[in-house]
Amino acid sequence: MTVLGSRRIDSYWVLVLPLLLLLVALYVYPVVKVLVVSVTDPTTGLGNYELLATNSGIQKMLWVTLRICVITSAITMLLGYIVSYVLVHVGERHRLWMMLFILIPFWVSVLIRSFSWLILLRPDGLVNDVLVGSGVVGEPLDLVRNEIGVVIGMVHYMLPIAVLPLYANMRGIDRSLVAAARGMGAGPFEAFWRVFLPLSLAGVAGAGLLVFIFSLGFFVTPAILGGGKTIMIAEYVSIQILTIVKWGTGAMLSVVLLATVALLLMAMSRVINVREMFGAK
Amino acid sequence: MGSERTSWQFCLVVGLAWLILLFLLLPILVTVPVSFTPERYVSMPEFGDWSLRPYESVFSGDQWLNSMGQSFVIACAATALSVVIGTLAAVGLWRLSSRLADMVRWLALLPLIVPPVVSALAFYQVFVQIKRLVGLRMLDSYIGLIVAHGILAIPFVVITVSAALANMDLRQEQAARSLGANMRQTLWHVILPNLKPGILAGAVFAFILSWDEIVVTLFVTSRRIFTLPRRIWSGIREHLDPAIAAVATLLIAVTIIAVVVAVLMRRRKEASQEG
Repeated sequence: MTVLGSRRIDSYWVLVLPLLLLLVALYVYPVVKVLVVSVTDPTTGLGNYELLATNSGIQKMLWVTLRICVITSAITMLLGYIVSYVLVHVGERHRLWMMLFILIPFWVSVLIRSFSWLILLRPDGLVNDVLVGSGVVGEPLDLVRNEIGVVIGMVHYMLPIAVLPLYANMRGIDRSLVAAARGMGAGPFEAFWRVFLPLSLAGVAGAGLLVFIFSLGFFVTPAILGGGKTIMIAEYVSIQILTIVKWGTGAMLSVVLLATVALLLMAMSRVINVREMFGAK
Repeated sequence: MGSERTSWQFCLVVGLAWLILLFLLLPILVTVPVSFTPERYVSMPEFGDWSLRPYESVFSGDQWLNSMGQSFVIACAATALSVVIGTLAAVGLWRLSSRLADMVRWLALLPLIVPPVVSALAFYQVFVQIKRLVGLRMLDSYIGLIVAHGILAIPFVVITVSAALANMDLRQEQAARSLGANMRQTLWHVILPNLKPGILAGAVFAFILSWDEIVVTLFVTSRRIFTLPRRIWSGIREHLDPAIAAVATLLIAVTIIAVVVAVLMRRRKEASQEG
């Protein structure tokens, strides 16, 4: 049975072969080639990587990217935590309605969402019309073509991405522990702060890391709401490649982005067992 | 269960949560009134002044309809490609447990992990290289974009099908094999029928990914291929045309209907399982 059994198991590699060939030839090899280009264009060596230390434009762009991603992740996780907490604690019909308000934006294309924010936040857009018309401000506020608009757009995009895993994680928290704390005399806030919150922090870290990783590589929303004046790394790379045709710089920044994402994911992967995710037995 | 949840603190938090949810949904709906403006530029129409002109400009000219057609064809083909390759691989990986198989599992997820702009760069240069080596034009062509979108969608299919496989009874496969079925028969008659929900979910993800994809598309297409996202993108960059708002409103309407139907169907299935 063992010899026959192991021969049968091996034949399952036939099913995996198409994926293996396609991805290695048309995905892994090209991505590796980007790494190679980063050290061969325009001259061989680490010249492109030196730009990280010498080019102030690149340094400013990286700093802007980091700042926006940290702020976006922090705001998103705060707002997402509130929504997830309520989701977990309300009744089923209530939860259904909340889910609709989360899932509909989640499935609407990022282009359309960014377009909506552009319409709203422009100097002659709806938000400024209301602010100026009601006398709250004297002139229209600058809400697009700067970091404020980008952060608003990114938080709006990332919220469902934060809520869904956070909600799944919070569902696993044993709420009888909170009830026990209340039974021992803790007020509602104290029970939350000292029992529920610590238990939820692992989920917050996981979802927060996910949001941060997504934010780093984000292209569409920063490009549309940044208006060419607030530029993050993904748009900067596209300018290097498509407009200025400086492959070496573009490839180098891609490698930096990819390496950062990979490192963050390795930190996160200590929690997820990949083999179990694929159901291998 | 309910007693401590009616404290005023909880009501406050629920109120906050709904404010956040309104922040999530309402801004998207601004495209609805804008899509009815009579002007040629993006503006809010006055109360009695709603016009169908933006919708007319979408459905009369060639441009928007051509783009929708291209997006549809590419999305269907990319979905087919990713579903076939992804499903087969998921089934294979389900029964394999070596270190090499573990590496392939990570490989299957790679297009999801790599930031889109890096994928775009990679596809762009490999397509240039293919043209040079074999003469096959993949830049600005249907086949190039279908292959690129298909590869990007594979992780989704592998994940959903693997989730379905995790719920499947291994003994069905073992029974079929011990009764003499070869792999093709086992696959077709025993395994795949159980995977239909997983395959369908993967196909839906793949289709939507391709339909909405813009970053890779920006790099690997120029004039011949002008998908719907590209037309929206260049519309936003060049001139805020109310036609964009009309297209956006239509897509949002489809999304709302699809999500509501999906949620209601899920609820009805769960209710019938309890009854």
